[in-house]
Amino acid sequence: MTDDKGTQPTVDATDKPTAEPAVAPTSSTSEAPEAPNRSLGSRLRSIGNQVWSAVALPLLAIVLALIVGGIVIILTSALKPGASIDLTLPFKAYSALWDGSLGSPNGRVSTLVQAAPLMLTGLGIGLAFKAGLFNIGGEGQFYLGATAAIAVGVALEGTGSLVAITGAVIAAMIAGGAWGFIPGALKAFSGAHEVVTTIMLNFIAKFLMVYLIAGPLKLPLSPQPVTAPVNDAALPILFGRDGHLGILIAFAAVPIFWFLLNKMTLGFEIRAVGANPDAARYAGMKPRRLIILTMSIAGLMAGLAGGLNVLGINHQMPASFSTTVGFTAITVALLGRSNPIGIMFAALLFGALSAGALNMQTVAGVPRELIALLQAVILLFLVMAPVLRRVFRLRGVKGGLGTTDTMSRTYGAEAIK
Amino acid sequence: MTDIPVLGPIIQFFQFILDQLPFIADATVAAAIPVALAALCGVVSERSGVVNIGLEGIMLTAAFVAWITGVVAVALLGPGEPTAIFGITLPLLIALVAALLSGMILAALHAYLSISLRADQIISGVIINIAAVGLTGYLNTAIATSSPQGAGSFDSLNVPTQIADIPVIGWLINAIFDQGPIAIATIFIVIILQILLFRTKWGLRTRAVGEHPRAAETVGINVIRLRYRNVIASGALAALGGAYLTIELTTSFQANMTNGRGFIGLAAMIVGRWTPIGAFGAALLFFSADAFQRAVKFAAPDNTMGQFLESIPPQFYDSLPYLITIIILAGVVGRSVPPAADGQPYEREAAA
Repeated sequence: MTDDKGTQPTVDATDKPTAEPAVAPTSSTSEAPEAPNRSLGSRLRSIGNQVWSAVALPLLAIVLALIVGGIVIILTSALKPGASIDLTLPFKAYSALWDGSLGSPNGRVSTLVQAAPLMLTGLGIGLAFKAGLFNIGGEGQFYLGATAAIAVGVALEGTGSLVAITGAVIAAMIAGGAWGFIPGALKAFSGAHEVVTTIMLNFIAKFLMVYLIAGPLKLPLSPQPVTAPVNDAALPILFGRDGHLGILIAFAAVPIFWFLLNKMTLGFEIRAVGANPDAARYAGMKPRRLIILTMSIAGLMAGLAGGLNVLGINHQMPASFSTTVGFTAITVALLGRSNPIGIMFAALLFGALSAGALNMQTVAGVPRELIALLQAVILLFLVMAPVLRRVFRLRGVKGGLGTTDTMSRTYGAEAIK
Repeated sequence: MTDIPVLGPIIQFFQFILDQLPFIADATVAAAIPVALAALCGVVSERSGVVNIGLEGIMLTAAFVAWITGVVAVALLGPGEPTAIFGITLPLLIALVAALLSGMILAALHAYLSISLRADQIISGVIINIAAVGLTGYLNTAIATSSPQGAGSFDSLNVPTQIADIPVIGWLINAIFDQGPIAIATIFIVIILQILLFRTKWGLRTRAVGEHPRAAETVGINVIRLRYRNVIASGALAALGGAYLTIELTTSFQANMTNGRGFIGLAAMIVGRWTPIGAFGAALLFFSADAFQRAVKFAAPDNTMGQFLESIPPQFYDSLPYLITIIILAGVVGRSVPPAADGQPYEREAAA
């Protein structure tokens, strides 16, 4: 299994080798030279060490972010008219956050519901990262996937659940895939940097969505611009109050992506192009084709997430439909280090934060935008990994974001031939 | 005239544009200023070799800081007497300075992450953007319930209407000078930066550092210090653009106010080939569509061309700046070459 290429050589060179050979930062596979009778205890310990070294830094970043968030909450607790500095507010806020997410049965289902689109989109973005591409277009792909799902769902009304759902989901994937194809093709053929093009396409997608919902898709006789509701295409609820089919699809995607990335030729080619496009081309791979394919898959996943969300939760789309999934999924992919398993856990974490945020705002009065702030701080601490390692004296801990080697960090076309 | 089949409406179209030119030019400049400032921030930063995607976040933060500082200043000092030209008041000045400082602080963070920690510069920029959205959104929601009194905004210069009627260049003079102080300052900053970048020692050093930092270091230029200084200064430029939004163009802050203007600024920088004047021109190009849309909405002529223009859905006009950006990006970027060391972290050789 490939290790992340995120370890920064300059820092690791100064880390003293640790006593346990299994924890050496540069060893990627776990074959420590084994004496024939290695005790169970020592084997468990080495597994434990590996797990620790993989999660230590993200955990630390999360804990630190919660502390910083707590400080922000205290400092701003006096802003509401008539309030004063409240030192206990962070605890109230975080306990409300917990209640709304993992502390109650409804909350746990909500966590899964919120985590599903993050997982799907994050997997796509993580795949793109492996190829050295930065897909910021998740938001636009999400919108268009959702719009396509509703449009086809409404059109297929009356044909029964199986046909309607399948049709709507496929439509969502095609729409998202197309919206990922565009920046991919632009990058491959003209070198236009996907960071800027995907952001532009986000805006265009939003306007397109508004136009369609206020125009051709509009529910007649409705005072507000909104689409017709879908019945047949609505996803069945599998558990809890709103645990819909999309959750299963999201969890199913994780092993699929793991398999794609690690066991399939395509995955190998993607990783090769991400590591060194010139070497890949020399080996006979076609970077252009891979770029287009990767961006299309990333778009497809985001579109799928949008479609499943709208078919499973809202069943109807107003013109004011909006989401933060596109950007949160970037943090999810970074936190999970572009690794499908890591992305799964990161998505669950942010799903929990999302699910609890509403409760936090209602019960403790802390605005839910705090979650966005927490996201940024987590990322910040991850980027500052070398500093954290020094301050907290962590040895042999992998992590940090390093350089994700976004292919052609500049805007030039030289990277693509 | 309208009877001529194809040519007629086209002539009407140009007539309409000529008619509305003073208005369109004026509105274009006003809308393009924040984007132009963001583009200038990008130019200064990237010419030194540091990619700065975070300028969107810097703009948003500066916009918020300008507004909130104005609120606090008005609460503490009272609204103040506006001067005759530009309507300057003390709270407004304080707000402006605070916004500039906030931009420089955020830029310093980006510089630290990119230069000292050698993190991926795009990720560092993304962090700043997310942090800005989160922080401003959070504070805005916390404060919004009380609807505080803001500091108002700068007024534009009062240009006598006869100037616009001067043939040939009247509309140009009007467009440049019928603006507020930040906008007019920006136009001068563009010209000054162009001169600074290409005709002074500082400019030469900056460009050297952006093209080949190793060589620059051997000649004795302190690459790290130069990059830090330039990035922080560029933060002030982006912050100026953000401040413009809340204390000149409008008088209050909305969540997510910048709406991608920073990124359009990046595109303008690329289209403008990393030069200040080019970036400004590109920004003007991108926003001419926006101004055109408003001209259509308010003054569409009563002929076939006018009716056609009015029937185009507003979302199309809204998306035009972004669409134009993509088209130009795809067409131009192959021929528009960034500084050679742009985006690459620099490692000093063994210190002397």
